[in-house]
Amino acid sequence: MNVLSIRDARKNFGQTPALNGASFDLRQGELLALLGPNGAGKTTLIRAIAGRVRLDGGEIRLFDRVLDGRQTSRELGIVPQEIALYPLLTARENLQAFGGLYGLSGQQLSKNVDWALERIGLSDRASEIVKQFSGGMRRRLNIACGVLHQPRVVLLDEPTVGVDPQSRDRIYDMLADLAASGVSLLLTTHHLEEAEARCSRTVIIDHGKVIAAGTMSELVDQTVGRYRLVTLRLDAALDAQSLLDVSGASNGTGMDADPRIVKARLRDVAAELPPLLERIRTTGRAVDDVDVRGPSLQSVFIHLTGRELRE
Amino acid sequence: MGTLLWVGWTNLRRDRVAQMLTFLLPIVFFSIFATVFGGQGDVATARIRIGVVDEDHSEVSARLIEGLKNEKGLRAQTTAEGSGAGPLLDRSAAERLVRAGDVPVAVVIPSGLGDAFSKNGFAGGGPAIELLSDVSDRIAPQVVLGLLQKVAMTAAPDLLMQGGMHQFEKYAGAMTPQQKAAVDVWLPRLKAQGRSGGAGAVDGSAGTMPIGVQVVDVMRTDNRRGSLISFYAAGIGVMFLLFSSVGGAGGALLEEAEAGTLERLLSTNIGMTGVLIGKWILLALIGCLQLTVMFLWGKIAFGLPLFSHLPGFAVMTVVTASAAAALGLVLATLARSRAQLSGFSTILILTMSALGGSMFPRFLMSETMQRFGLLTFNAWALDGYLKVFWRQAAIWELWPQVLVLVMLAAVFLTTARLIARRWETA
Repeated sequence: MNVLSIRDARKNFGQTPALNGASFDLRQGELLALLGPNGAGKTTLIRAIAGRVRLDGGEIRLFDRVLDGRQTSRELGIVPQEIALYPLLTARENLQAFGGLYGLSGQQLSKNVDWALERIGLSDRASEIVKQFSGGMRRRLNIACGVLHQPRVVLLDEPTVGVDPQSRDRIYDMLADLAASGVSLLLTTHHLEEAEARCSRTVIIDHGKVIAAGTMSELVDQTVGRYRLVTLRLDAALDAQSLLDVSGASNGTGMDADPRIVKARLRDVAAELPPLLERIRTTGRAVDDVDVRGPSLQSVFIHLTGRELRE
Repeated sequence: MGTLLWVGWTNLRRDRVAQMLTFLLPIVFFSIFATVFGGQGDVATARIRIGVVDEDHSEVSARLIEGLKNEKGLRAQTTAEGSGAGPLLDRSAAERLVRAGDVPVAVVIPSGLGDAFSKNGFAGGGPAIELLSDVSDRIAPQVVLGLLQKVAMTAAPDLLMQGGMHQFEKYAGAMTPQQKAAVDVWLPRLKAQGRSGGAGAVDGSAGTMPIGVQVVDVMRTDNRRGSLISFYAAGIGVMFLLFSSVGGAGGALLEEAEAGTLERLLSTNIGMTGVLIGKWILLALIGCLQLTVMFLWGKIAFGLPLFSHLPGFAVMTVVTASAAAALGLVLATLARSRAQLSGFSTILILTMSALGGSMFPRFLMSETMQRFGLLTFNAWALDGYLKVFWRQAAIWELWPQVLVLVMLAAVFLTTARLIARRWETA
């Protein structure tokens, strides 16, 4: 079931188009990654869903209700990229403040604050002022402030930027718990491996429109195909004639900038790798190392958006 | 070393705020202070407004009043209105003018002065002229006293001489017919000199004053020093209230915008209007506390009569802090960065403080500057505190100051709300 639907979203800032017909859906209980190069329109899209940007065209539906772009729906939780906390308040006081602004009070507020502190693993540090927290602790509290009122949909803008791998794992565990409890989460990130490992689906946006969407497997099929990249490190460089001999019938076999490294794209590794190794052996070279990699989200991303720098 | 100089110079060239603070700000302040304290041409010459009461209705009193009206350093009014309209001033009306702060001094010419003047001349002996004064302005009564002396000597030289002749005949015997004839020819010439301004006719600084003058403090405060302290407490308090309001508002809005908490606040139910009203109430409460601490210190250290003026103090403090908080929000919403806010607000606050009387009493400025000062927030706040502590005004008498400050607060809040739209939906 779709909880959030974006259809043909368009927005211009002056003459510059930020959204150019973006469309996608967020399903109930899923963790959806929104990827795109800098300036692709991710933040504008998140802000439009949050009611902070009014669209020039298209519509956004939340639980089948069209959002007017004037205010934030109570069913939404927003986690901004900045650490939007009051540094001189304690963790508990921050949660109480934002909970109060979301309309919580009394027993309900206390209960939700305790729940959030438990979720982010800061129950024992609840009375310390935020200024003394590490970057990871602040990030977790930042997320807790956005989900304290227990929204059904949460928008997260770069929730793991600038934190160590341990904190990142903790944050994704937390998001997975939320998703498991039925909350739908849409997050933007530049950590492609995180999106690949942790998100159920991915939407790639560029130049204001969605250029691919689906599970990792679907994206691979839509883009780079099911090849495996095999990298062989030899004991000595191959000359051009030897490389031709090695290539044989394998498409996409070639040398790296380092002449001792041979790369090949193989559809069936089990069937195609032994003959390749045999051909190398016949050139008199030995193979020191073999690396076999499946297609990654990074390769999909680069395939779709190119290698050109976006400033 | 050369590289460091180049980097520093390039940074300065590209930082407009730094350029403004380095070059423009000193010039602006110099100009403001030169205008307020140094004066510029005629603007610098403060004309003292005085009320004049004629209880004598004699030729002498008429000549004195005419002389006072002709004095360039004075603006004399004999009626209730400064424009000349309304009934003639009597003693109680003149006292009310002084107590209300409309004029710093009122001159009362008592009954019998003319008769004594023409009889006694330089010998004096008649009833004294009274200067009803507000001693919070220590300069005006002294200036009026000196000018009154000059006018008395120059406005009626013929009458003065007549009095002198009477005294001469009283003690030296009657003059001969020839002497009387010569005096009769001379007196009209003296009278003509007096009407033409008397310049050179009689040296005003010479001799003793032919009429007695008595300075009367109409404020009749039982704690003059403490009441005067209130003026300085208000002046400094209001200036720092503005600084803290602007600083607080900047912290409240710009820092929240930079930190992202404003974005988060706007995504809650409170909305921008709620954010601004919440910040305004907090800033106003802090401002009230700040002014209360200031006046309490004035009470403890300098004997400021705070507790005997609590209702008026409370009213003025609430409206002053509310307007200052709203002004702080305008500046904070207007500025794009803390540096911009700091530079802009420093100029504005010090300018308003100089013109509005926080640094230098407005009643010592020229009339033009005094009128100009009314464009500032400080002037209305200080006038209100002065009314409470010095003029012993009842609360209802504070209505002009309260009305202006409340209106300013409303205008400032509305302006801040309009400017703050830039943080809302794009």
